[in-house]
Amino acid sequence: MIDERDVEHVARLARLALGDEERSRMRQQLGRILQYIDALKAVDVEGVEPTSHAVPMTNVMRDDEVVPSRPREEMMANAPDRAGDFFRVPRILED
Amino acid sequence: MAAELTRLTVHELAAAYRRGDTTPGAVADAYLARIAALEGRVGAYLTVTAEAARAAARAADDRFARRAPLGPLDGVPIALKDVLCTAGVPTTCGSRILESFVPPYDATVVSRLRRAGAVFLGKTNMDEFAMGSSTEHSAFKPTRNPWDLERVPGGSSGGSAAAVAGELAAAGLGTDTGGSVRQPAAFCGTVGLKPTYGRVSRYGLIAFASSLDQVGTFTRTVRDCALLLGAIAGADPCDSTSVDRPVPDYVAQLERGVAGLRIGVPREYFAEGLDPDVRSAVEEAVATLRGLGAATRDLSLPTTDHGIAVYYIIAPAEASSNLARYDGVKYGLRAPGGRDLVEMESRTRAAGFGAEVKRRIMLGTYALSAGYHEAYYGRAQKVRTLVRRDFDRAFAEVDLIVAPTTPGVAFRIGEKEDPLAMYLNDVFTVPSSLAGLPAVSVRCGFSRAGLPIGLQLIGKAFDEPTVLAAAHAYERATSWAERRPAIA
Amino acid sequence: MIHEVVIGLEVHAQLTTRSKLFCGCPTTFGAAPNTQTCPVCQGMPGTLPVINRRAVEHGVRAALALGCRINAACRFARKHYYYPDMPKNYQISQYEEPLAEDGALEVDLPGGGTTRVGIQRLHLEEDVGKLVHEGSLETAQASLVDFNRAGVPLMETVSRPDIRSPEEAAAFLRAFRAVLVDLGVCDGNMEEGSLRCDANISLRPRGAAALGTKVEIKNMNSFRNVQRALEHEAERQARVLDAGQRVVQETRLWDAERGVTRAMRSKEYAHDYRYFPEPDLVPLRLDPAWVEEIRRGLPELPRARRERFIAEHGLPPYDATVLTQSRALAEYFEATVREFPNPKAVSNWIMSELLRALPGDDERAIAASPVTPARLAGLLRLVEDGTISGKIAKDVFERMLRSGEDARAIVDREGLTQVADAAELAAVIERVLAENPKPIEDFRKGKAAAAKALVGLVMKATGGKANPGLVNRLLQEKLARM
Repeated sequence: MIDERDVEHVARLARLALGDEERSRMRQQLGRILQYIDALKAVDVEGVEPTSHAVPMTNVMRDDEVVPSRPREEMMANAPDRAGDFFRVPRILED
Repeated sequence: MAAELTRLTVHELAAAYRRGDTTPGAVADAYLARIAALEGRVGAYLTVTAEAARAAARAADDRFARRAPLGPLDGVPIALKDVLCTAGVPTTCGSRILESFVPPYDATVVSRLRRAGAVFLGKTNMDEFAMGSSTEHSAFKPTRNPWDLERVPGGSSGGSAAAVAGELAAAGLGTDTGGSVRQPAAFCGTVGLKPTYGRVSRYGLIAFASSLDQVGTFTRTVRDCALLLGAIAGADPCDSTSVDRPVPDYVAQLERGVAGLRIGVPREYFAEGLDPDVRSAVEEAVATLRGLGAATRDLSLPTTDHGIAVYYIIAPAEASSNLARYDGVKYGLRAPGGRDLVEMESRTRAAGFGAEVKRRIMLGTYALSAGYHEAYYGRAQKVRTLVRRDFDRAFAEVDLIVAPTTPGVAFRIGEKEDPLAMYLNDVFTVPSSLAGLPAVSVRCGFSRAGLPIGLQLIGKAFDEPTVLAAAHAYERATSWAERRPAIA
Repeated sequence: MIHEVVIGLEVHAQLTTRSKLFCGCPTTFGAAPNTQTCPVCQGMPGTLPVINRRAVEHGVRAALALGCRINAACRFARKHYYYPDMPKNYQISQYEEPLAEDGALEVDLPGGGTTRVGIQRLHLEEDVGKLVHEGSLETAQASLVDFNRAGVPLMETVSRPDIRSPEEAAAFLRAFRAVLVDLGVCDGNMEEGSLRCDANISLRPRGAAALGTKVEIKNMNSFRNVQRALEHEAERQARVLDAGQRVVQETRLWDAERGVTRAMRSKEYAHDYRYFPEPDLVPLRLDPAWVEEIRRGLPELPRARRERFIAEHGLPPYDATVLTQSRALAEYFEATVREFPNPKAVSNWIMSELLRALPGDDERAIAASPVTPARLAGLLRLVEDGTISGKIAKDVFERMLRSGEDARAIVDREGLTQVADAAELAAVIERVLAENPKPIEDFRKGKAAAAKALVGLVMKATGGKANPGLVNRLLQEKLARM
């Protein structure tokens, strides 16, 4: 139903490093869940609009007013790694 | 004396404060002492903010002394699910990836309660990122059901439910995405409300599934629920999905009664597999409502069986998106040793997320990915429309729908290991979540083993007044509230 | 083999709003790192976006000016990919229901003629933060992130692949930029990054209908670089095809220093953006009356203004094109003409003198010019009534630029009034002729240039103040009599 390659691909898309055993278990569990979900294939959805938004509202917008930004120290207080005024991240190999 | 203080409902506390029978300070102390004594066994809280609570209580004392209270919630001790941002107080979502996260801002519901004078006792335990039905998926510890410490309190808001049930808080806030307030309320025998989607602001509610999440309430009585809802409901300019509709006076409308109310009982909620104790308790409750003057009738919600499948595509899909931000760059955990950014991010998320969260992220990413998007996510959103139509059709004939909240009572810790079996717990709560409708769970009896059973009342969008009035009438007509958990 | 070049452009323009697209943080450029952020634009847990109405207004304005159809309903969508400059690891953009579609822009080509470039779609999205690498991207051990720019409103415009040369591409960009700046929806500053361009370019045999394999080109930070990059890439692709090989569909970065495009490191997995409608925002159903109000408020656009200058001011197309390159310059011209109603003279003066000192498309510089339209008119009047010669006027103009004074004040103070007294000039001529026998000799021998040289000497002797026409006449008369 879902193979190892699918699991690897999805894990990469989701930035999740899975160990071998984990990947295998994940494949089984996801397989079972997807099998359950497959029951939806039998539902007739011809001409049915998707519910993209839970509330029937439109046009909620705000005025173009500046609200003073938060101080840098407050916004960076939770930073796992910083270099002065910047957040610091390990080198980026891929673009 | 202290034991009596923690037994008072929010409504009773307000009256007691006004009369001068007790003070917010004394009540806060009573709760904190009880927490100190019992928390080791229950594990409802992740963070107890004792100092801040005492300070808030003292401020409330002053106001009552000056005869200038802020309102019905002034000085009332409340527990907050750890998914709600509280400025300066750690907010973990029950996850290691946010173990160190201290938000610089309050969720809107938190600031509204603060302005109303509420005394926050602390942050309660939950299934990690609100994904779960037992609170066993908290990264830190399980919470135990005050009615039987070997059993789960339900989830994902198990901590708040247990706190209110175990008299470790006078009331609590939780969040409900597919049943995460109603189900633990049922398991713990409290009143648990999920408001209409858009009734209460989601700003500061750390997102799991954006189109489903709602802040909900845990209280001991329906009146308390009405009080709390009135304080947190209403449009918020910070939340574009909060609806700009006036907030009714829920308390004033409680006494409407159910005479002439048309109540539907959906047969799909009484199918095989329903615990017999639950079945008989709910059937009896329906009879009670009939006795109070409601007209009850059978009806069908044929899409009920698809609810779980639809929910377990949409919620994980939105979750996989909402949780993408946890990457060790700006806040939270960063796993060491990654040689480059991608490795760091992958390791951080692998180390920071538990198994259930990972499962749902994978499921959701898969359902959105190229080639599967229309087959899964696209289709699920269409079936969701069909679920809503079922309710629309039903509410053309009835004013309220009554059903069990859960298919069974609180199960043992460790009992449900299979993810799918756990998901099936949500079968009665998920459909009304998908349709965005208000629903409350109230105590309607006990199993033979003495575990609470929940009755669910589902109403039309924004018709919390009818839902609460009916729940209140039922509560007044019965005496289930008199029984208290042994731990109390 | 003759290859036809097919180019499509994707332009990202930062909209000139005071606050960001989804929160109230300011959008000003150049602030200290991470001082213009809040929980929302930093993607903190629990935060939610709220749409900035003015950004939508600007988008509608631009869409109308580009002849697009405003969609009755449009929605925001999440575009997912991981990158540290994107706080949520998804960008709130628009996908299946963009703000506007199906427009076109008429572009004047440098060599003459015009081309019509279709606009496929126009949508709004949030900008990302800035990434600075400690060193170069290849050697850096770490990168630094500044989120100030995250959340700034962007308008993405995608052209149809109607562009047929790198030169056309640059022309399109110039015209596009002029429209946006004219409307006031973008400041068009490519150096500051408020206007960015990516291109898709492919080659196909001339006359073929099917499109060739397209290559995406990024990192072109000026009009000139867009043209250079596309010229290089077209040549590269031609070489590949002529060698009988296939062009690889990829993304290449323009390296301005080395003058080449380089393939980005190949990724194992192409981006799967997993778009779905943004659940934290509700759809927009723009009120047709509001859109109509915006349409009515559209200013005169560059091309229409150009046509009007030709018709109304009787200017040649070349002049009209130069003068309408920006609204500021066009208004400068017309303000001057109102006070000195000789359009061609004003045009000449602006084109030769003003534009030597100021870039014509720099709205700020033109607005700040010390030589205001009124002052320029004043200078031109002094030339017209003979107070000063044209040559002196150029000097005066330079001084006006530096000091911001009126022409009259400078002329009076420096005594630059033209000498037009025949007697005075005759005396000078006598002196010059006496001191310069050789030119007279040359003139007698038939060298006409000698007369010019003598005029030059007379002008020099009068410090340039002599009326040249008069000098010429008197000198010719004198020489004829000698």
